[in-house]
Amino acid sequence: MLKIFVTKDNLPNLVGRLMDGATVLGPVKEGEAHRFRPLKKAADLDLSYQNSRLSPKDLVHPHSDAMFAFSLKKDDPEAGILKELPRSADKRLVLGIRPCDAKAFRLVDVNFLTDTYRDPWWEARREATVLVGLGCSRPCRSCFCTAVGTGPFDETALDVLMTELEDGYLLKAVTEKGEALLRDAPQAEAATDERMQKAEGIAEEAARKISKPFVTEPIKDKPQTELFSAEFWEEVQFACINCGTCTYLCPTCWCFDIQDEVHGEEGVRLRLWDSCMFPLFTLHGSGHNPRNQKLQRVRQRFMHKFKYYVDKYGDGPACVGCGRCVQYCPVNIDIRRVVAMMSASCVCPT
Amino acid sequence: MKNPYLPYPVRIQEIITETEDRNLKTFKLVFLKSEDEAAFSYIPGQFAELSVAGQGEVPIGIASSPTEKGFIMFTVNRVGKVTTYLHNMKPGDVMGVRGPLGNWYPWEEMKGKNVVIIGGGFAFTTLRSSIVWMLDPAHRGDYGDITVVYGARNPGMLLYKEELVAWERRDDITMHLTVDATDDPQWKYNVGFVPAITKEKAPSSENAYAIVCGPPIMIKFTLPVLADLGFPPERIITSLEMRMKCGIGMCGRCNIGTEYVCKDGPVFTMEKLSRLPNEY
Ligand SMILES: Cc1cc2nc3c(=O)[nH]c(=O)nc-3n(C[C@H](O)[C@H](O)[C@H](O)COP(=O)(O)OP(=O)(O)OC[C@H]3O[C@@H](n4cnc5c(N)ncnc54)[C@H](O)[C@@H]3O)c2cc1C
Ligand code: SF4
Ligand code: FES
Repeated sequence: MLKIFVTKDNLPNLVGRLMDGATVLGPVKEGEAHRFRPLKKAADLDLSYQNSRLSPKDLVHPHSDAMFAFSLKKDDPEAGILKELPRSADKRLVLGIRPCDAKAFRLVDVNFLTDTYRDPWWEARREATVLVGLGCSRPCRSCFCTAVGTGPFDETALDVLMTELEDGYLLKAVTEKGEALLRDAPQAEAATDERMQKAEGIAEEAARKISKPFVTEPIKDKPQTELFSAEFWEEVQFACINCGTCTYLCPTCWCFDIQDEVHGEEGVRLRLWDSCMFPLFTLHGSGHNPRNQKLQRVRQRFMHKFKYYVDKYGDGPACVGCGRCVQYCPVNIDIRRVVAMMSASCVCPT
Repeated sequence: MKNPYLPYPVRIQEIITETEDRNLKTFKLVFLKSEDEAAFSYIPGQFAELSVAGQGEVPIGIASSPTEKGFIMFTVNRVGKVTTYLHNMKPGDVMGVRGPLGNWYPWEEMKGKNVVIIGGGFAFTTLRSSIVWMLDPAHRGDYGDITVVYGARNPGMLLYKEELVAWERRDDITMHLTVDATDDPQWKYNVGFVPAITKEKAPSSENAYAIVCGPPIMIKFTLPVLADLGFPPERIITSLEMRMKCGIGMCGRCNIGTEYVCKDGPVFTMEKLSRLPNEY
């Protein structure tokens, strides 16, 4: 596959060219944090970022999304009938996404694109989106991607992998889509052996810096009922305030709600992010709630990612080690420690 | 592939108030487009999302049988937002149906076997579908003895009363109707809770499957009775409820351990449930 080198000075020209063919989204600094936004100009892009605070999952699975529209007008013969809305499949390119966040899309594909049903919104946006990833040469202390089957330079879910060198970026096509992008890149230089060796060195060095706080294999062998009744959930859940921050920031949390919203005589059926951390998520109309207690909800989140998903799809875990939940949990619940307890493979220093 | 979230438009043909407390109503729905009726091909045990524009959707078991053509039928308990709105709708109103969804009772596996149906309260909906389906001449020969234990709080709370009486008179199905209590002198059937009546009538477990649907308390006390009668957990089948939205295994809320009740269920054997976390 094609590899090219672009100097830092020439990068804006490449970004400009990409912006001619598609909407380009990339990390943009907003206040103190970065967020993936459509670039208005090449200079908005800030590749010096560490990672975005919100994961880029909303690019494919928006926080709020209109599914259908309907009319409630008395004289409308079609009143009460839900109508499909145009599903725009504008070409989009995500530039500078981290390999872990890209891998998250892969993990969530399994949920939305099945043999029996395909989620049309997820599918349309996934197909229309090209992922140009930026390897992590300076991983955070909270990163643990290598413990969950990905890594700072994992290219498997990307179309192009970029590696930052001192004076520029090495771009490596991973898919045909990626190859097509690089083929007519302006001011491309050769990806010399020397540059490629440097890139490899950077990738190895980065992987070495990432902690591997647990192994996941032992979890596979334990029956779900055994892990479910483990005593440590009591301790794990103790401090949790069910704020939902972890699920909101998580790139692999996909759960959603469906609600109708009416304005006058017109309405839309919406889907909205939801969270297993909220009691309403599972409340029956009768008042019965199978996950009424905080412990049950906290347990569901970890069990889903590290046990149910793995058993169900023979893949995963449904975690990419981005560390957002570790960084932003207001009461410092650390998924690394919880998974270590689940696998009873090691006890992390607290 | 069809958008799995888009309901078929239907018109309410008839609304029947089932119970004396007026909390249960049966809705007969007809598809606005005949091709939709053909596409909505279902098997007893499945459910559908009833959709009301502006209100939302509710998952409801399909109470009609695929052998009944020209309409589909649902019996709805009034509990919250959408079901209350539905109860106030009128024949002629337009709404939507999305499905069929979920799995079904194991009709293939049960061929050649006796079938014991145990129902309580308003969870009799997909059991009605099953009985009508098995009694249809096209299927009756596939199954052995059919025994039904069905109970409600009092006679006024039984669903589908005319049909129950008609089934009573048939000789190819054994009916044990019961009520928790009654002072109605007309009541000529059993008095007692479903588990007790099941124990008393003692349907044989030989070559038999039991399908049990009802309130959790009824299920809890019926299971040991069935075990005593010799039904192994693989041959005791139940249908579960969870709060649902998507109905197609995507929105993430209805799981019991690894299984999504909307897609991998709602029908489970007790054997399967014994290997899942007890969280439902
Ligand atoms: C497989 C299955 C079959 C069912 N069959 C029947 C039936 O035949 N007849 C019947 O009366 N009821 C049935 N129910 C229960 C019925 O779905 C709920 O009573 C109904 O959703 C309550 O909706 P509401 O808007 O009135 O209540 P609210 O409390 O206002 O609920 C708001 C929303 O939450 C969801 N929800 C709430 N409770 C439940 C629940 N118990 N199950 C699923 N979703 C829920 C629905 O989307 C609902 O619109 C069934 C449930 C399931 C899962
Ligand atoms: S972020 Fe922390 S406190 Fe908030 S719900 Fe998640 S685990 Fe609980
Ligand atoms: S109702 Fe959405 S996953 Fe089951």
